[in-house]
Amino acid sequence: MSITVSNISKSYKKVKALKDISFEVKPAELFGLIGPDGAGKTTLFRILTTLLIANEGNATVAGYEVVTDYKKIRNSVGYMPGKFSLYQDLTVEENLNFFATIFGTTIEENYDLIKDIYVQIEPFKNRRAGKLSGGMKQKLALCCALIHKPKVLFLDEPTTGVDPVSRKEFWEMLKRLQQKDITILVSTPYMDEAALCDRIALIQDGKILQIDTPEAIVKHYPKQIYNVRANNMYQLINSLNEYEHNHSVYPFGEFVHYTDSRTDFNPEDLKVYLESKNLTIVEIEKTEATIEDTFMELAK
Amino acid sequence: MNNNKVIQVEGLTKMFGDFTAVDAITFDVEKGEIFGFLGANGAGKTTAMKMLIGISKPTSGRATVAGFDVFTNTEDIKKNIGYMSQKFALYDDLTVKENITFFGGIYGLSRKKIKEKSDTLIEELGLKKVANTLVGALPLGWKQKLSFSVSLIHDPKIVFLDEPTGGVDPITRRQFWEMIYKAANQGTTVFVTTHYMDEAEYCDRVSIMVNGKIEALDTPKKLKEQFEAANMNDVFLKLARG
Repeated sequence: MSITVSNISKSYKKVKALKDISFEVKPAELFGLIGPDGAGKTTLFRILTTLLIANEGNATVAGYEVVTDYKKIRNSVGYMPGKFSLYQDLTVEENLNFFATIFGTTIEENYDLIKDIYVQIEPFKNRRAGKLSGGMKQKLALCCALIHKPKVLFLDEPTTGVDPVSRKEFWEMLKRLQQKDITILVSTPYMDEAALCDRIALIQDGKILQIDTPEAIVKHYPKQIYNVRANNMYQLINSLNEYEHNHSVYPFGEFVHYTDSRTDFNPEDLKVYLESKNLTIVEIEKTEATIEDTFMELAK
Repeated sequence: MNNNKVIQVEGLTKMFGDFTAVDAITFDVEKGEIFGFLGANGAGKTTAMKMLIGISKPTSGRATVAGFDVFTNTEDIKKNIGYMSQKFALYDDLTVKENITFFGGIYGLSRKKIKEKSDTLIEELGLKKVANTLVGALPLGWKQKLSFSVSLIHDPKIVFLDEPTGGVDPITRRQFWEMIYKAANQGTTVFVTTHYMDEAEYCDRVSIMVNGKIEALDTPKKLKEQFEAANMNDVFLKLARG
C-alpha cells in the first residue's frame, strides 16, 4: 500500500477535526478526498506529509511511518498545499531550481516528468511567481512538487477557484502522472471531479461517509431520483419543500432532484399537486443519481 | 433611462497600460433578474465587476448602476448596492450580532432599524444560539449565508456576489441559492459570478467573458441550443477553449 491510515483522530482545542479515519491507497492509484471546506481534508494532508502529529491512530506513506520515519517521507512525497506557497519574488525558473536543489537533484534529471506541464509556463520562466495568473501558479506549484520524482503526490484542493477549462486540463495532467507510477491523493470540493478518480472517500465534519469507486457510490444510492421542472424554479422549490411526502428536494441545474418518502410513489400525484400550486409545464422524469446526490443523502 | 434596467453597460473598457483587461463590453440587467457573469480565470470578470461597483474607474465607455454613473456617481452606487465575495465577507473577530450592527451602521441605518433587522435576520437564518458567537468560529456555509443577508441589510437595488459559494458543502450551496431566488423574487437584482456550472443554470441569463470580451449572453436554455451543448459546462468549455 502506498498510503495506510488507521484510526486517525486529531483535535484542535475544542474542535475535533478528524474522527477515527481509516483508509488505504494502492500504488499508482488516483484517490480523491471529496468534501467541503472544514471537512478535515487539510488536517489529514498535514498529518500524512508529517507536518502535524495526530492525537490517535497511525499512518504510513510509501511504507514509512509518519512519526518515526518522517525524514524519509519528506524525501519521497510531493506536496502541493491549498494555499500558494512558492516564493513570490523568485522567478518561475528560480523556484523550480530551488526545489530541485533542496532535494539534491536538478531540473534536467527529472525533466521528462514535468515536461508536459512545464512547457506551458516556460515562456514565462523569467517572470516572478507572484506575478503569474492563478492557472500558471497552479502549474508551477505542481512542477515544484514533482521535481524530485516523488512516489506519492499530495494535492490539497488544486482546483479550488479555478475555472472549468483549467480544471479539466489539470485533471488530464493528473491522469498522465498516474501512468508514470505516481500515487496521487487529491482533495476537492467539486463533486463532478470525483468521477475522475479511481476511488473516492466522501468526507464531512471529520468523518468519512463512504469509500468506494465513483461508479459503486452512485449505484448504491438508496432511492429513485426524479428530475422535476416547471415554469418557475423558485415556486417549484417552495412547493416541493411544502409537499408532505418529500424525502429530499435539491436544485440541480435546470431541474430539481426530488425523492419521495413513500414506496408506492406515483409521479402523477406529484404533478397534480404541483399544478394545484399554479405551476405549469410540469415535467417529472426518472434520473440517475450523481456523486453529489449521494453526498447530500449521506450528509443529511 | 428605462426604469426596469438597473444596470446598463455600453462599450465599457478598462486598460492597464497597453493591456486591455475589459474590451468594450455591452449589456443590460433588468430589475429582479438573476444575472450570471461567467468567464475563465483572467478573462476580466473581476475588473469588470470592480468598475460596476464603483471602485475602479473605466478607461472608456458608459455604464449606469442603479441609475448612477460609474464615472461620476460612484459614492451613490456604493450606497445602493450590496456586495459580498468569498474572500471578504464579515469580521471574524466580531460576533454575529456585532457584524450585523456594524454593517447596518456603515450603511446609515437607525438604531431601531438595526435592532429590527438584526432580530429578523438571526431568526430567519436560525442563528439564535450563536448570535453572540464570534463569526470566525462558525462553519463556512453559515458565514456565507449570514454574509449574504448582511449584504442585503440596507435593501439595495442590486447585490453583487463574487463566487459566493466556493468550497461550500452541497446542501448549504443549495440553501444559499434558495436565498438568492427569494431575494430576486422580492425585486432585488442579483449579479453573480461562479465556477460551478450547475449554478449557471439557476440564472435567468448568463454572460460568458473570454479575453475581456462578452462572447455569449442569453438564457441558459438558449445558450445550450446555440452551442449544441447538453449543459452549461459544455457551453463553457466550447467557448472558453475556442
